[in-house]
Amino acid sequence: MSVDERAQRPAGLFPPETIREIQRAADQGVYEIRGLGSKRRLPHFDDLLMLGASISRYPLEGYREACHTDVVIGGRCARKPLHLDIPITIAGMSYGSLGTHAKRAFGWAASRMGTSTTTGDGGMTDEERAASDLLVYQVLPSRYGMNPDDLRRADAIEVVVGQGAKPGGGGMLLGQKVNETVAAMRDLPPGVDQRSASRHPDWTGPDDLEIKIQELREITDWEKPIYVKVGATRTRFDTALAVKAGADAVVLDGMQGGTAATQDVFIEHVGIPTLPAVRQAVEALQEMGMHRTVQLIVSGGIRSGADAAKALALGADAVSIGTAAMMAIGCNKPVYREDYHALGVEPGYCHHCHTGRCPVGITTQDPELESRLPPEKGARLLQNYLKTMVYELQTLARACGKSHVLNLEPEDMVAATTEAAAMAKVPLAGTDWVPGQGGGP
Amino acid sequence: MSDVLAEPVCDLDATSVRELNARLHAVREGDNATGIVVRNPRGKHAIAAGLDAPVEVTVDGHVGFYCAGMNKRATVTINGHAGPGVAENMMSGRVHVRGNASQSAGATGHGGLLVIEGDASSRCGISMKGIDIVVGGSVGHMSAFMAQKGRLVICGDAGPDLGDSIYEARIYLRGAAEGLGADCVEKHMRAEHRAELSELLTAAGLAADPGEFRRYGSARKLYNFTIDTADAL
Amino acid sequence: MCGIVGLFAKSREIEDRLGEHLTKMLIEMEDRGPDSAGVAFYRDPVGEGWVKLSVTALGDTRPWADVSAGLHTAFPEVSCTERGSHAVLKVKGDFEAVRAWLAHHHPEVRIVSAGDAIEIFKEKGLPRDVADAFALREITGTHALGHTRMATESAVTTAHSHPFSTGMDLCLVHNGSLSNHNRLRERLRRLGITFQTDNDSEVAAGFLTERMRAGASLREALDAALRALDGFYTFAIGTHDGFAVVRDPIACKHAVLAETDDWVAMATEFRAIAALPGAETARVWEPDPGRVYIWHRDGEGRVVGGAVQAEVPA
Repeated sequence: MSVDERAQRPAGLFPPETIREIQRAADQGVYEIRGLGSKRRLPHFDDLLMLGASISRYPLEGYREACHTDVVIGGRCARKPLHLDIPITIAGMSYGSLGTHAKRAFGWAASRMGTSTTTGDGGMTDEERAASDLLVYQVLPSRYGMNPDDLRRADAIEVVVGQGAKPGGGGMLLGQKVNETVAAMRDLPPGVDQRSASRHPDWTGPDDLEIKIQELREITDWEKPIYVKVGATRTRFDTALAVKAGADAVVLDGMQGGTAATQDVFIEHVGIPTLPAVRQAVEALQEMGMHRTVQLIVSGGIRSGADAAKALALGADAVSIGTAAMMAIGCNKPVYREDYHALGVEPGYCHHCHTGRCPVGITTQDPELESRLPPEKGARLLQNYLKTMVYELQTLARACGKSHVLNLEPEDMVAATTEAAAMAKVPLAGTDWVPGQGGGP
Repeated sequence: MSDVLAEPVCDLDATSVRELNARLHAVREGDNATGIVVRNPRGKHAIAAGLDAPVEVTVDGHVGFYCAGMNKRATVTINGHAGPGVAENMMSGRVHVRGNASQSAGATGHGGLLVIEGDASSRCGISMKGIDIVVGGSVGHMSAFMAQKGRLVICGDAGPDLGDSIYEARIYLRGAAEGLGADCVEKHMRAEHRAELSELLTAAGLAADPGEFRRYGSARKLYNFTIDTADAL
Repeated sequence: MCGIVGLFAKSREIEDRLGEHLTKMLIEMEDRGPDSAGVAFYRDPVGEGWVKLSVTALGDTRPWADVSAGLHTAFPEVSCTERGSHAVLKVKGDFEAVRAWLAHHHPEVRIVSAGDAIEIFKEKGLPRDVADAFALREITGTHALGHTRMATESAVTTAHSHPFSTGMDLCLVHNGSLSNHNRLRERLRRLGITFQTDNDSEVAAGFLTERMRAGASLREALDAALRALDGFYTFAIGTHDGFAVVRDPIACKHAVLAETDDWVAMATEFRAIAALPGAETARVWEPDPGRVYIWHRDGEGRVVGGAVQAEVPA
C-alpha cells in the first residue's frame, strides 16, 4: 500500500525533527552539541524600518557629502582608547575553534578597514597579533592561554562574563579539534574535550569584578580600555553593574549570537534577542548618565549595514560581527559538497563547527581543509563585505540626514511588527503606538 | 642603567598602589636596586601585580585581592594574610605567603612557585596550568578544581571535593581529604614522585617527610563525552 | 552585591569607640557598596519590661515630637532620641502594644528594628555620607554590624538597605545574590511574614524570622536556611549578645574573620579590618562554606564561640 499523501501532516508538537531528537537522545544519553546560533525565528532588526528624509527632514548626498563612521572606544578610564574608522568590529572567536588561516584573514581585513579583531578562549597567537593592528584580548573564565605578556601587547582587554548563545554557560571545545598545537596553548593533553568554566575562577559579582578590573589596569599600567562582555539576559542590570564595576565599554551579545560549540538547548532557550537587549542596555546607560561615555558594542545576528544602522539608531556605539564574518570568508558556501554531505548536511545548513571538519577550512586545524582558505583571499572577501556594510550603513544614515552614523536615533525608525515595536520601543509603523508605553493605536 | 627602586621602602599610607606598581614595572635587568619593602598594605588590592623583572618585594602586613597577580620572575613575600587570588595566573618566579591565604590562591597559574605557610581557603589552585603550590597548612573545598598541570602539595588536610574534574595536575596530600571530587583518584606513589615532592618541600622551605604523603590525580574518565549508543545493542 | 562588616568588642576601649571603628570599616567597603549603607548597633539595653525601637518615617517627615508625646499618653515611660532620619524610642511596655499604637496613630512611622539592645540606622547614599548623617562615629556599644550595598536587581531605597530586621534584637546583612527568593517570599507571605521590598536579602531575613517564630533556635534557623536558600550568600546576623556568620556551600562571596585580644571582626575584605587597632598582628582566617559560626558573650562577659559551630545561648 502506498503512502497516503493527505495523512502526511506532522503533529504540531511532534514534527519529524522532534521525534528524531527524542530518539537521538534515547540512543546516546547526551545532549546535542552544535555550533552557530539560534535557528528559531526571533524578532530582529528586520522588523524595524527606517524613516528616510523627505520634506520635514533633508537627506545628505551620497558619495559627496561626508557621512562619518569613526568611533572612539574606551576613553572613560584608559590612557590609550581605541580609535576605530568604522563602527563594525570582529567579535571574539578562539584560535582552536577557528584555524590560523581564518584568524589571519580576519586580522588583515580588519586592519585594512581600520577596525579591531578579538581573540577568544585559548589565548593569543603570534599570527593573530601580527595580522591585527587593533587586537582585543579576551579574559575568559577558563583562562586558557592567559598570559600577562599578551595582556600587555593587546590594544584592549575584554573580560568575558557571558556569551549571547549561552549566558550562564561555559565554553566547549570537543576533543576532535584539540590537536597538539591547540592542546599546548591550553595546557591540556591533546584529544580531550575542553569544558570551560561558567564562572571566573577568582571573582563573582560586580563588587569583585571591580577589583578584577583594577588588577588588569594595574598590570597594564592603566593604558588599555577594559570591556566587559555579557550575554543578553538581565541586560538592564548587567549593563549598569558592568558600568559600576568600572568598564570602559560594554559588549552586549544577543541570543542570536553564535558559538563554536554548545548545547542546542542553551542556544535555543536561554537569553533574550538582540533587539530588546540593545534598548535595555542603552536605557541603563542613559539612566546612569553614561551613554556615549561608556561605549556599547552590540553583537548577535548583525548581518548587514541595515542591521548595523538600526543597532546604532537604538543607541549602540558599534556593532560586532562573528558568524557573518565567517560567512563572508566562505562558511556554508556551496563548494566541496561531498564534504558537507560527509557531515550529513547541505551547504547553507551546516552548523558542524564543533567537529573540526569544516568543509571550507574555517573552523578547523586540519592543514588540508585549511588550505581551502588562503588567508589573503579570506581577507579580501571580508574586506569587501565590511566595505559593503559601511556603504549600506552610510546610505541609511545619509537618507536620514546624518553626517555621522552615531547621530542616528530611535526616532528614525518605526516597527513593522507589534513585537518589534514593544521590544525596540519604537512606534508601530503608521501609528503613535509603542506597546507598553501607554497611548493607543 | 636606571634605579627606580633607589628608595628601598614604600609606605602605602603615603604612596598609591598605582605608583608602587608603576615603579616596580619600570625595573629593568641590570638595575642596581632590585629589592623593596612595602609597608602598611592594609588589605589593598593588586599590590605588586604584573611584575616582570627579577625584583624582590617584601610586603609587611596583610594584602587584599590579587597580590602578585600574573607574576613573572619576581619574588614576592607577604608577611601576613593574602586575600583572594594571590599569585593568580602566575607565570614564573616565587610568591611566599607567611600567613593564611584566601580563596582561589594561585588560580590558573602557569608556572613559578607559590608557598603558603598557613592555610589556603576554597579553590586553591583552581584551573592551575603548570604552577607549583605548596601549602603548609590545609586547603578548603574544591581545591585543584579543573587543575590542568603543575603540582599542589598540601601538608595539612583538604576540604571536600579535592581535585574535582582534574586533568594532568598532581596533588600530594599529607593529611586527610574530606572528599575527592569527580574523576579524582588516589594514585600509586613511586620513587620519582617522592623525589619531586621532596624537591618541592625543600624549595618551599617546609620540613615534612615525603613518605607521609599520598598522591592524587585524574582517573581520566571525564576526558571525552560518553555516548551510550543503546541502539547498537 | 555588597560589603559586610562586623565588630565585636572584647575590651572597654573598643566599646567606647565602637562607632568610630565601625565607621572606618564601613567606609573602606564603599567601593563595594556605593548605593546605600546601614548599621546595627547593640548598646544600652533597656531591660525587662521595656522595648527599644528604631523608627523612621515615610517621606522626609520627622514626627518624633508628636510620636513621643502621643506615646506618653498610652505608656508610663517613654524616651526618644533623634538620629539622622531615624529615631530611637525607648518605651516601658509591651512591644506588640507599642507597635499597635504606632500603626494606629502614626501609620507613616516604619519600625526598622525592635528589641532590648539593637538600634538600626540605614539610608541610601554613599557610606561616608550615611555615616555623617547618623553621626555614627559617636555611638558606643558592645558590637555592631554594617553593610554597604551595590544594588543588583532591586531598587535603591532606604527600605531596600540592609540590615534587615529578623526579629527581636536580630538582624541580617547579606553579600551575594539569592536565586530562589521569589517563590520563597510567596511561601513566607502565606505563613504570615510581611515584606516591605522585592529584595532577595529581605527574604533571607524573613526566612529566619519565620523559623524562629516557629520555635527554632538561631542555629537551627541558620541550618534550615542553608537548606532552603539557593544561590550565593555570606550572611552576618546580629544577635542580642553576639553575632553569627554563615556562607553558602559553594562559597564564592569572600569573607574574612580576624581576632585579637580586644576584638573579633568579620568583613567582606580584609581592608575593612585593617582599619582596626592591632589588625596587622591579628589572627586572620576565612569562614568555611556551609558552616554556621556564632560568637556570644558568656556569663562573665567574655566573648566565646566562633571558629567552631556553637549553640546559641538559651
